[in-house]
Amino acid sequence: MRSIARHLGALTLSLLREMGRMLLFLLYAIYTIVRSPCRPILILKQLSFIGAKSFFVIFLTAAFTGMVLGLQGYYTLTKFGSEGMLGSVVALSLIRELGPVLSALMVTGRAGSAITAEIGIMRITEQIDALEVMALEPFKYLMSPKILGAVMALPLLCAIFDVIGIYGGYLVGVKLMGVNPGAYFHEMEKSVAWKDVYSGIMKSVSFGLIISWICCYKGYYTTRGAEGVSRSTTAAVVMSSVLILIWDYFLTSVLL
Amino acid sequence: MIELFRVTKSFGDQMVLNHLDLVIPTGKITAVIGPSGEGKSVLLRHIIGLLKPDMGRVVVDGEDITHMNRAELNRVRERFGFLFQNAALFDSMTVFENVAFPLQEKTRLTKAEIRDRVHEALEDVGLRDVDDKYPDELSGGMKKRVGLARALICNAMHRLISETHKRHGFTAVIVTHEVPAIFEICEYVAMLYKGRIQMRGTPDEIRNSEDPVVRQFITGELEGPLKFV
Repeated sequence: MRSIARHLGALTLSLLREMGRMLLFLLYAIYTIVRSPCRPILILKQLSFIGAKSFFVIFLTAAFTGMVLGLQGYYTLTKFGSEGMLGSVVALSLIRELGPVLSALMVTGRAGSAITAEIGIMRITEQIDALEVMALEPFKYLMSPKILGAVMALPLLCAIFDVIGIYGGYLVGVKLMGVNPGAYFHEMEKSVAWKDVYSGIMKSVSFGLIISWICCYKGYYTTRGAEGVSRSTTAAVVMSSVLILIWDYFLTSVLL
Repeated sequence: MIELFRVTKSFGDQMVLNHLDLVIPTGKITAVIGPSGEGKSVLLRHIIGLLKPDMGRVVVDGEDITHMNRAELNRVRERFGFLFQNAALFDSMTVFENVAFPLQEKTRLTKAEIRDRVHEALEDVGLRDVDDKYPDELSGGMKKRVGLARALICNAMHRLISETHKRHGFTAVIVTHEVPAIFEICEYVAMLYKGRIQMRGTPDEIRNSEDPVVRQFITGELEGPLKFV
């Protein structure tokens, strides 16, 4: 019994230590961003890597998500004779929820894992130590551009996701199922408020911060060679994805 | 002068440095020798502040760096050039970009001045026409030379080197297990064994030592107190 209690205690302590270290990492990253701004070119590179290079995967995911929404929405709404509401269902689902969450999950898989692997390899090959011994700040060169890049890229990707998704819903609902195109866009315009768009943007920005924070953190504290990089990458993707979903619930409950 | 007072460092259950005392004299080339895995690199990392001791103090030019914050440490690190065992070159940058990086970030030199300084540093280590090569296109020895050029380009007062490279005119600490080659270039030798300095002295004193551990390490005999894996 005592050994179980000791084990649980040690586990709790290690969990608290890890959480504290993660929080300090984030605070120090924010402090670095404010105190010693990094070069704009480094942010642009990250914007290109996290944002522009994720376009194709976002395009595909958004198109098929919108099409499925169109199909499912049409099937459900016809039961109540209100298929004219399809545009509003598709748009609200995408703008408020699916756009921010799915684009964040896609970016986690594509760019987040790469961020962890890159920083992790730099850690195990002593490239981060090399920056430190040159009296240069690794956070300024590695973390700040990635965090800023992700925070800027996610809302843009989310906006692209929403537009393509809505068009995907239009293709299925209007072109395939015969919903009136005027009704599709009119209902959408009537039901989508600025508050919905604002809520989506807020979610995207916070998801960008979560992805870059967790992925940079996991890479920065990578140990034990190639296996360590693989472990960090997996942990970063899993933890970011789970945190995105948990944070989404809290944010939705606040922003509703 | 670099001084370590009763420095102790453990990783988990393994004590790597055990109340180690060492003074590295100014203006001399000091070699820290010892079998692999005895903590030579850990010792260097303490001197540059990459690791903090569990106990003890590290003093550089009269300043205790043990409890310095990052900004204070950076001020001390400005005086160091550090060559990592595997060079630690930035693999996304070319050779030129690697060597120019500290100058670009820490000085206000013009592009032309940086180019000249980089070429001079590369020629100093015997490298030409490698500007546009990436680290993975270089041999191990070339990588180390590029790392050395990068470490030396800012004219640091102290140089911490994880392998044998011959340089003069500054305080240098060379960590190596390459004996007897090291005796030809260093002026002072300290042997690390079981987390402590087993012996220190001039190369001749070390060479003529009767200490069985030092003797066996220098001669490379299999029989003796040292266990080679």
